[in-house]
Amino acid sequence: MDLAINNGKIVEKINEKKAKVIDASGMMIMPGGVDIHCHIAGAEVNTGRLLRPEDHFRDVEVKTAVTRSGVGHSIPSTFTTGYRYSRMGYTTLMNPSMPPFEARHTHEELDDTPMVDKATYPLLGDWWFVLEHLRDGLIEECAAHIAWIMAATRGYAIKIVNPGGVEAWGFGRNVKGIDDSVPHFNITPREIIRGLCKVNKLLNMPHTIHVHTNNLGKPGNYVTTLETMKCVEDLAEENRPNIHITHCQFSAYKGSNWRNMSSGAEEIAKYVNHHNHVTLDMGQVIFTDTTTMTADGPFQYGLYRLTGNKWVNHDVETETSAGIVPFRYRRKSAVNATQWSIGLELALLIENPWKIYLTTDHPNGGPFTSYPTIITWLMSQVARKKMLIKINKRARRKSLLPSIDREYSFYEIAIVTRAGQAKALGLAQKGQLGVGADADVAIYDINPELVDPSKKYKKVRRAFKKAVYTIKGGEVVVKDGQIVKSVFGKTFWVDIKTSLPTEVNDDLKRKFREYWTVEYENYPLRKGFLHNPAPISIKAEV
Amino acid sequence: MSTGRIIIEGDVGMHLGEEMKGGVITVTGNAGSWVGGRMKGGTIEIKGDVGDYVGAAYRGSTKGMSGGTIIVHGNAGNEVGCFMRNGLIKVYGNIGQFAGIHMAKGTIFVQGSSEGRAGAQMRKGKIVVCSNIPSILPTFTVESIKPKVKIDEEKVTGPFYMFVGDRAEGGEGKLYVSQKQNQHLSFYEEYL
Ligand SMILES: [Zn+2]
Repeated sequence: MDLAINNGKIVEKINEKKAKVIDASGMMIMPGGVDIHCHIAGAEVNTGRLLRPEDHFRDVEVKTAVTRSGVGHSIPSTFTTGYRYSRMGYTTLMNPSMPPFEARHTHEELDDTPMVDKATYPLLGDWWFVLEHLRDGLIEECAAHIAWIMAATRGYAIKIVNPGGVEAWGFGRNVKGIDDSVPHFNITPREIIRGLCKVNKLLNMPHTIHVHTNNLGKPGNYVTTLETMKCVEDLAEENRPNIHITHCQFSAYKGSNWRNMSSGAEEIAKYVNHHNHVTLDMGQVIFTDTTTMTADGPFQYGLYRLTGNKWVNHDVETETSAGIVPFRYRRKSAVNATQWSIGLELALLIENPWKIYLTTDHPNGGPFTSYPTIITWLMSQVARKKMLIKINKRARRKSLLPSIDREYSFYEIAIVTRAGQAKALGLAQKGQLGVGADADVAIYDINPELVDPSKKYKKVRRAFKKAVYTIKGGEVVVKDGQIVKSVFGKTFWVDIKTSLPTEVNDDLKRKFREYWTVEYENYPLRKGFLHNPAPISIKAEV
Repeated sequence: MSTGRIIIEGDVGMHLGEEMKGGVITVTGNAGSWVGGRMKGGTIEIKGDVGDYVGAAYRGSTKGMSGGTIIVHGNAGNEVGCFMRNGLIKVYGNIGQFAGIHMAKGTIFVQGSSEGRAGAQMRKGKIVVCSNIPSILPTFTVESIKPKVKIDEEKVTGPFYMFVGDRAEGGEGKLYVSQKQNQHLSFYEEYL
């Protein structure tokens, strides 16, 4: 079968005499990879870089004729991030946690991340105006306000991190569950999640709300995760997803403390298998030294207390918080080994691959460069067993993995690494190779008809590590695992048309003056700020 | 370097013997900073002076020298043995500030004087100062007066004040300073 590309798009056919021809016979062709959740740019990521010179020191990329030099194992510099993803055949990346206040910094770094299309999600679950609007039941006004934020920050989706808890953390507190009240606002996480889910619907956003649950990283939190999924069940329509639970592994723990912590993957998978309003991503853990970073300030503080490592914690004015702690996941640690198992259990027990996507919550569970290894664990029982015998004994005994014989097919891998992610993001032109799709293509040196990935998992890993070709927007950018051309990607953002005024009213302007260090007039990104903007026009219902 | 011998006649720059595992390096002149950084084994001997961060960890890391011996006949700069995990550093001249900062194990011996703040945030290990030190960090407690201290195989004669710290880190590192050369520290004796 031939694939014709013209003008950056997949087309019906093309004049073969004039075209450049790539012979990919005996190889595997997939749409370019899509990552729905990877921390690659912005204030938090860059603070992580500053915190970890030792992370740069041990991983250095030398400049070539077409690429810049760079450093970093878990938090690579922006250019290196683009190159490394591109070498693995990835072409679209979503940066999931941008404090609106840090939009400039985030977009400057995204602009310096070559090779890929990208977008970023502003953190809105603890934004003061959102909390006030939702408390007062002003869903439509809240929607109009968020339409303004999306334009002001050039954002793509509504990101919610530990709803209410991050706000409470500003006062040294946290929330314990979705019905706990947020100090000073008299609102609960449940109301925030439901409110923003309704707002998301009113705005016709391409992606669902993107949720990092309350109690993330705490034993027993699978209950909170189930409650979070259930709390928007009645808002779902026509079997369409209306909530994305991100890095679900970190929210799938049973037990009451770290000593008796175990997997809640079975319960979560059971729920997801019976409901169609939820999508998830894995947040798989890799046994390596990495850097954890989330907007969940209280969680990061707990992690610092647990490890005694160096750390950063930050309160982003009235908007959100952030924390960073370097962390090493150890095979011989019962907790870490159980976390490793849970990520895979989720991916294997959730039957429909369109509902769960491959991520490590880069760099929280491990760097994105480990995706090929995770693919082998999904495709091969032998590969899983090989790691199982190396992990902590107690964790191995409790692991559900030995009882699971499912092995992903190449089709399923294509879904969890691109097609499913693109669909969840509402990026119709990505994650597929039909006529009209963006010509983002990855060619891997493996013949899916001849190679049994269950046995030849090492070959699979090698193939996914280095694409033979990566084609971005119709241009060959990687050949034989090397960058041959550096290209700028587009930055997607949602340009929402509302009939309600989206401008901030006088009352809110006054609050900007009182509570922010930046004046309202200077707050929004102006036209021309982005290097290569790709606004997606949407008509809202308000 | 894992084995063999290097002799440098004259001076040498930064990062001498970094991560070395074995063998011997001898320098007749001076050496720059980071001598024996993250060193695992072997011996480095410098006849002249050295810069800062002898046997230290790389910036940001907590893994300093974990074995081997560094002998300096001249003076050494600041943060000698930063994040040191094991091994021996001997300085026959004077030493700068923060010797043994973040130290977890191992020994630092100074024949001359220290510019102070020795053992800041140390958790274990041993620092011996045979001459003057301006003051002891307030997060160290005085434990006893010892007539002698063992360094490697040899015994150094004191008497020494023995302090334990850094208590701010819950540390149990030992800091020995000469009693005779530090009369200004005699007020500690009333706490013994
Ligand atoms: Zn994340």
